[in-house]
Amino acid sequence: MDAILLQILNGLDKGSAYALIALGLTLIFGTLGVVNFAHGALFMIGAFCAVVLSRLLSFSHTIIDETRTDFLGNPLKVEVPYLHEWLGEGLGQTVIEWSVPLAILFSIPIMFAVGYAMERGLIRHFYKRPHADQILVTFGLAIVLQEIVKYFFGANPIQTPAPPAFAGSFDFGALVGLDPNTIIYPYWRLIYFSFAVLIIGAVFAFLRFTTFGMVVRAGMADRETVGLLGIDIDKRFTLMFALAACVAGLAGVMYAPINAPNYHMGMDFLVLSFVVVVVGGMGSLAGAVLAGFLLGILESIASLSWVIDYLPGINQIVIYLVAIIILLTRPRGLMGRKGVMED
Amino acid sequence: MFGLNRNDTLLLIVVALLTMLAPFLLNPFPEGSSLAQFNGGYPDLMQRFVIFGIFAIGFNILFGLTGYLSFGHAAFLGVGSYAAIWMMKLLTMNVIPAIILSVIVAGLFSLLVGYICLRRSGIYFSILTLAFAQMSYALAYSVLTPITGGETGLQPKLNDPRILDAAVGSGVTPRANLFGIEMGTSWQMDWNGWVFTFNAGYYLAAIIMLIAFYLSIRIFRSPFGLMLRAVKTNQNRLNYTGVNTKPYTLAAFVISGMYAGLAGGLLVAMDTQVGPERMFWTASGEVVLMTILGGVGTLIGPVLGAGLIKYMENILSKINESLLEAWFAFMPDAVSDVMVTLLSLFVGKGWHLTLGLLFMIVVIFLPGGLVGGLIGGGRRMFRSNDRKATRKTKSNQTPPTSQTAE
Amino acid sequence: MAILQVRNVSKRFGGLQALNDVNLSVEKGTVHAIIGPNGAGKSTLLNCFVGRLIPDTGTVMFDGKSLLGIKPHQINQIGVSRVFQTPEIFGDLTLLENVMIPTFAHRDGAFKVNWWNRADRESDVQDHAEAILQEIGLYEKRLEIADSMSRGDKRRLEMAMCLSQDPKLLLLDEPTAGMSRADTNATIDLLKRLGETRGLTKVIIEHDMHVVFSLANYISVLAQGTVIAENTPELIKGDPRVKEAYLGTEAE
Repeated sequence: MDAILLQILNGLDKGSAYALIALGLTLIFGTLGVVNFAHGALFMIGAFCAVVLSRLLSFSHTIIDETRTDFLGNPLKVEVPYLHEWLGEGLGQTVIEWSVPLAILFSIPIMFAVGYAMERGLIRHFYKRPHADQILVTFGLAIVLQEIVKYFFGANPIQTPAPPAFAGSFDFGALVGLDPNTIIYPYWRLIYFSFAVLIIGAVFAFLRFTTFGMVVRAGMADRETVGLLGIDIDKRFTLMFALAACVAGLAGVMYAPINAPNYHMGMDFLVLSFVVVVVGGMGSLAGAVLAGFLLGILESIASLSWVIDYLPGINQIVIYLVAIIILLTRPRGLMGRKGVMED
Repeated sequence: MFGLNRNDTLLLIVVALLTMLAPFLLNPFPEGSSLAQFNGGYPDLMQRFVIFGIFAIGFNILFGLTGYLSFGHAAFLGVGSYAAIWMMKLLTMNVIPAIILSVIVAGLFSLLVGYICLRRSGIYFSILTLAFAQMSYALAYSVLTPITGGETGLQPKLNDPRILDAAVGSGVTPRANLFGIEMGTSWQMDWNGWVFTFNAGYYLAAIIMLIAFYLSIRIFRSPFGLMLRAVKTNQNRLNYTGVNTKPYTLAAFVISGMYAGLAGGLLVAMDTQVGPERMFWTASGEVVLMTILGGVGTLIGPVLGAGLIKYMENILSKINESLLEAWFAFMPDAVSDVMVTLLSLFVGKGWHLTLGLLFMIVVIFLPGGLVGGLIGGGRRMFRSNDRKATRKTKSNQTPPTSQTAE
Repeated sequence: MAILQVRNVSKRFGGLQALNDVNLSVEKGTVHAIIGPNGAGKSTLLNCFVGRLIPDTGTVMFDGKSLLGIKPHQINQIGVSRVFQTPEIFGDLTLLENVMIPTFAHRDGAFKVNWWNRADRESDVQDHAEAILQEIGLYEKRLEIADSMSRGDKRRLEMAMCLSQDPKLLLLDEPTAGMSRADTNATIDLLKRLGETRGLTKVIIEHDMHVVFSLANYISVLAQGTVIAENTPELIKGDPRVKEAYLGTEAE
């Protein structure tokens, strides 16, 4: 029982990432009708926003500390981050250590700009083109973005730690009245989950309570008609895309401490996110979120050792197996609508 | 000729000439020259051209004609490969039984997968096929290790039974052959510094590719092919026209699965090894990209797409900085440094960047892929005049639809 | 003799009784129009004939066989063709191919892997398709792509596709919807001509009374899911119940 609970908790962070990426994919597909294979790359760029900010903040220069000497007796050269000088050592260090949370603010304008540029420069010319063309062009873009990141940051994963305050784990079991030390759960994962819930809530609130959101929801229900209402739908589409890019980017920023960012992390998530979107039902935002968490948790539970003893290899295939079962029993996924993307 | 119309016969003959003369055509640069790096006429690569050509031709029968986009065709490639290697382990190193079995097994597997996946259409179908392929991959990696060799994959071993073959002496690796002609056999021709390599395996694969290509032309031009194109255009109408669309799509799915199995069997016939990564989703994605890049629904497009991607993968990735420096050595140092730095982004380890850019450029400037775009572009050039004329008259007659809608 | 017999057909969608105990009998060789105000259940009824919907109760017999529970392609194979309200054609293919496909389906049945022959060498099918296009007046455009046609031509193409199968019963769902008066008259003439030469039975759903009274031998009036009147056009014209259904309670 404890073990299952622990695995559910472990599945939450991956599920959160799936849900956030799938949410953006569904928004883009539902409003723009575009299959965006570059969405994983946006997640990856988000993660690298965290890397960039942590590098920027720890920018340092070498000074010669006359008071200390190295083992040869020469004055000691030390690397001092500028922030230590500007803000004092204590505050400066704290800011550096908090670079991942700070990267949330840092990434929003960047992701917005990336999304805006992508939609304006490329995606909008593909609204009316066949899905095959959309797949090829966004896949090409994803490769290009990956390679650019690889060029600047190399092929190896870059450790990007969470603030030390959240670095440890806490005893979740004791908290909910189980035996102590049965469920040890890292703080950061809990934060990631809460963050995902917050973002999902914000997106849903935005869609429900703003005029902009109303137009978007109307557009998802019937794209043709909304175009005829005299609303400048083009501009809103661009903003919509930028918003979806921000959601994916934020998911990436906060994921950096969980999995050290590397240039192909987006591709790894992309395929599963597509499965998540489809299992949730094309065009259903709630379905995407539900399926994201569901598949994340199932994947986690299936890797329990006694489950694997019963069903060898199940941990590798559970997501796909569940996807097949759901799609065969529910033709349009968990919450899909009729007629979306069936031709 | 061959029951084809003039254009198709011409196309077939051109393709046949190109494949038969490939050892010359793909080696336009003399050995040892600075451009010899671009020569693609070595057996390993030429084999890949035609084998992945077969894979893409088959995929195009499903995707190009019916519009059903499978994201799991690598599974059939992989299954075909495993079937072929088992034939080599158990029966004989002769490639014919191996290839035949790979087609049959892939056909049966695609019948099963297709029967289930074709209950859905559109992206739901795509995800179902992806799920089956990923499951096959994961299972080949883990649970099915006794059959698949797991992570290390399978190769023919000395102590395999091979009941039809005479025992090979110890220390001799068993080699794939066609009635005694080893697939690896090559004959080289030197001519004024050019070296052309003629490889037995390549010619076997090329002839099979030509047959596969010919059969696909027949399918494209047949009533069966017409029905498949009707499925793509309007499946609903087709149902009300008295056509049971399900068996048609299933037949197309199985045929393309058999093509994939054939390609898988040939891969094994050439290099006698297989591993589960052959079934990974990137391999399925690759054939999708090959087909779209070359031109979905065109006859020769998928083969060109396959060739282009494989060429880049094998040639561009081998160009390194020292080679670039050698090429630009004649320039002033400063210019050459800039050129080398700039170009090195696109070659060697960065060849993916070129591939990504190529995808984008083709889709943006050549809608319909290499073939579709070029033919369409040619047509547009010829027709641009009379189309302008019709547009003028049309705009006078009908008000823009947006006005009527308001 | 009745070629289509509808007995006690009812269909419910949630809270809406779309069809309520509908009885209908279509005589062979006649043009039978089904009219009624919007939402009367005309399209629902038509969908029950072609296998798109299965009624909750009742029977639909065609030529002595039940149409219930068999698939659209099977219904077509026994001789029922349908023209849709918005033309359903093969937009990417040429007009000739559009007509050849139903001809193949008529000749070869619901499924046949005829992959070795060339479609353009199947001269019987090709000749037949060309003859139909000639008859319907689209022969000159036979090599053009269907999507590039005008709406009226698409509708005529769809009729050609149905006729190529030599059906026993042709179902037409508002064949003149959205057409200009001139196009409408042309369609009426075409339908009349096709009726005369083939002795085809037709069931027409139509709003336009001009079309109905020009073509129909017999009219059934559907309102709120029930047949409220049926008779020859002359007698229907004067029926007060029909006026009431169309104009509301004004007649009282």
